[in-house]
Amino acid sequence: MDERQLRQLIAQVKAGCTSRRSFIRAMIGLGLTAPLAAQMLAHSGVARAQSMSAYKPTRRGGGGPLKLLWWQGATLLNPHFAVGTKDQEGSRIFYEPLAGWDADGNLVPMLAAEVPSRQNGGLAADGKSVIWKLKRNVRWHDGAPFTADDALFNYEYAIDPATAAVSIGSYKDVTVDKLDSHTVRVNFKKPTPYWADAFVGTRGMLIPKHLFENYRGAKSREAPNNLKPVGTGPYKFVDFKPGDMVRGTINADYHEPSKPYFDSIEMKGGGDAVSAARAVLQTGEFDYAWNLQVEDEILKRLEAGGKGRTEITPGANIEHIQVNTTDPWKEVDGERASIKTQHPLFSDPAVRQALALLVDRKSVEDYIYGRTGLATGNFLNNPQRFVSHNTKWEFNVDKANQLLEAAGWKRGADGIRAKDGRKLKIVYQTSINAPRQKNQAIVKQACQKAGIEVELKSVTASVFFSSDVANPDTYTKFYCDLQMYTTTMPQPDPETFMNQFCSWEVSSKENKWQGRNITRWRNDEYDRTYRAAQGELDPVKRAAMFIRMNDLVVGDQAVIPVVYRPRVSAVLANLHAPLSGWDNDLWNLRDWYKDA
Amino acid sequence: MGRYLLRRLLIAIPSVIGISIVLFTVLALAPGDPFEELATNPAIPAEVRANLRTQFGLDDPVAVRYGRWFGAMAKGDWGFSFASRVDVDQLILQRIPVTLLIIGASQLLALAIALPVGVVAATRPYSLFDQVASTFAFIGFSLPTFFTGIVFILVFSITLGWLPFVYRADISATGWAWYWEHFRQALMPVAVLGLFQGASWTRYVRSAVLDVIRLDYVTTARAKGLGEPAVVLKHVVRNALIPVVTLIALQMPAVFGGAIVTEQIFRVPGIGSLLISAILANDTPVIMAVTFVFSILVILFNLLADLLYGWLDPRIAYR
Repeated sequence: MDERQLRQLIAQVKAGCTSRRSFIRAMIGLGLTAPLAAQMLAHSGVARAQSMSAYKPTRRGGGGPLKLLWWQGATLLNPHFAVGTKDQEGSRIFYEPLAGWDADGNLVPMLAAEVPSRQNGGLAADGKSVIWKLKRNVRWHDGAPFTADDALFNYEYAIDPATAAVSIGSYKDVTVDKLDSHTVRVNFKKPTPYWADAFVGTRGMLIPKHLFENYRGAKSREAPNNLKPVGTGPYKFVDFKPGDMVRGTINADYHEPSKPYFDSIEMKGGGDAVSAARAVLQTGEFDYAWNLQVEDEILKRLEAGGKGRTEITPGANIEHIQVNTTDPWKEVDGERASIKTQHPLFSDPAVRQALALLVDRKSVEDYIYGRTGLATGNFLNNPQRFVSHNTKWEFNVDKANQLLEAAGWKRGADGIRAKDGRKLKIVYQTSINAPRQKNQAIVKQACQKAGIEVELKSVTASVFFSSDVANPDTYTKFYCDLQMYTTTMPQPDPETFMNQFCSWEVSSKENKWQGRNITRWRNDEYDRTYRAAQGELDPVKRAAMFIRMNDLVVGDQAVIPVVYRPRVSAVLANLHAPLSGWDNDLWNLRDWYKDA
Repeated sequence: MGRYLLRRLLIAIPSVIGISIVLFTVLALAPGDPFEELATNPAIPAEVRANLRTQFGLDDPVAVRYGRWFGAMAKGDWGFSFASRVDVDQLILQRIPVTLLIIGASQLLALAIALPVGVVAATRPYSLFDQVASTFAFIGFSLPTFFTGIVFILVFSITLGWLPFVYRADISATGWAWYWEHFRQALMPVAVLGLFQGASWTRYVRSAVLDVIRLDYVTTARAKGLGEPAVVLKHVVRNALIPVVTLIALQMPAVFGGAIVTEQIFRVPGIGSLLISAILANDTPVIMAVTFVFSILVILFNLLADLLYGWLDPRIAYR
């Protein structure tokens, strides 16, 4: 889909012929993210959907305790140090960002008075700054007022390299000015289409200046409030045991009327995903369980009791197979898979195309993942705005055979195809994880039918995903022909996500294999389009660029997308919990309530 | 005795140092990186990771890191958890009460089963009681705790709905309700561990008592007209208990160590689950501290067992 078609579609939404939601769905189908789709509509003058809160209770409290089960417990409660989602979620009970992302990719104000837009003067025409108006009369849990100084402080705190905050990525390239007591301006060095990063979502939670002021930089780890959060959120801190339990009580002074509903909250950690699902769906001991990486069959069986339901939230995590473009078996200048080499087999496009035809995504979805992994041919998968309709996938052994035959790969006596003395033998690695090994077997079987011999290799997850420079089996080294894992998209905007195919990101010995481009695939048009998208302020044009990039990558079989994996959680039948794939599970905790 | 104790303690010092060197080196050489999650997240610049590594001194050679660890340990500084950014001793202290409660209770339960059942079974060998007890003992220690734990959950929590299967260290109730809730949630983990331990101890007690009960002095005691209870309790059991006491003393470090699998199943926040989550997160200071504490406990309780021998059996002398 190109820019013109996109504009036509938007015009239909504007005229009311197509619903907003179906537009967003269509865009996700193209591999884009929902937040980007919403941004496109807003930019084209389609009024922003008022994200109506579905919150029903009319008075604060009275809901009893809310019991959450996280099978990996939160280990720390300072959002600037929260690496994993478990820690972000623990912090999110007490801390809030200026705005969060809802399921459709709309920004929802939290500590901001309104979402900045061109209309309200929040967004600069040149795309180089954004003005956030902060909500007035917000108080920290200890009674101190929340002001622009707090926002400014969070920026200063995060950018100090000695603090070693993981939120540094959202702040290091911007500057922040305080305009008045409740207004801040975020300035960008160059026109920036994705302006809603600093102060927003998972890494935008704000900590109070008056309690952390003396603990910046190297002293940051000594702050007593790292373990005793004082935030602005709907619940106040009571008690924390790392890895085990986070407890909170209602914030009677919360800045939104008649919220929150529950009198207290607890987040219990530990155990495993299956029994966590059981504790909600089968015994009802808990109200909510997070991140259930459990076989769909088991979930369905547990749900049958009717005590609770499974919520499947689309995000953008994608299980994919990477195709090495370099030769992983030849050592050049002390490294294998060097970009000075070419893969002996995959340099022939016919082999790559055949491989893509041999991945039976339908079976993978039906027999392995069920509702928790949907077959896809796109790499960029969620925010609908960016999802490509141009790529489609099929599973066809005959066609693969024909392709290989036509390209001159003839079957030998052992049934394995060869050309110019090179046999079609490949090694396919992934981490140890039951569904992945089943997936490997499905691919291997199909390849055998097409005369490709596949050797399967499984690496312990702690080695595969480590960044150990001395270990040859890490995924960033990719000393193998094919490899498979899930790549996550931690941000609602695809820009950072898509840099994993830029030529300057190639993972190599020189950068200690920290480059993001692991397939080592390089393409001039991709690089150019990426650079252009970085500065493109028109979201429609930008969306078209991301769609083009996706098509380039998938069309050239640099990666073979397999399934896209939504987030799965278990919710007690009478609990209303608005979830979003673009933010933490607890992003809108203030709106959670139970039917009486 | 005093000199013996002193000598044993002095010998323990090099073993403790040796153990710490081995542990530290193995952990340093093991694959995995505590900041792995940072590496896979594209939104976090590589400098943050590099910065954290230097801050925590991970880039220095192993020997230097060991030296630093040893120096800190000598001053009572246990180190600092990478994952929680909290002092390790604080983390361990938080977990000790629950561990002692659950594991301690299960060991008491095991003893309460093993001693009477083992003694009675041995005094009437091959009787119906002995056969039944032996059968149950075999079943008991053949079934691993992760299996019995899940069966218990299925039966008592899911089918019958009597007991909760998620252990919560903080219970908001007060007074009797608080005790009742704790009792209810501790019942299953304690039973799983206690029955497993009790089953194997029953076998030990039985065979130890059987060994003694046929000795001549027991016959003499009976011949001089002592009642059966006096013979069994005063003459047989006291002597038979020597190997059993050793066994229990050597088992004690495990009480502090917690039961990793059972804690995981019932979500008991004990030391075992702390160790597991630290291993999964590659949180080396925590792994190091916990395993080091275990090894010290093993050395201490070995010494204690040796001292107990002398008390139980005056023929053993310390030189």
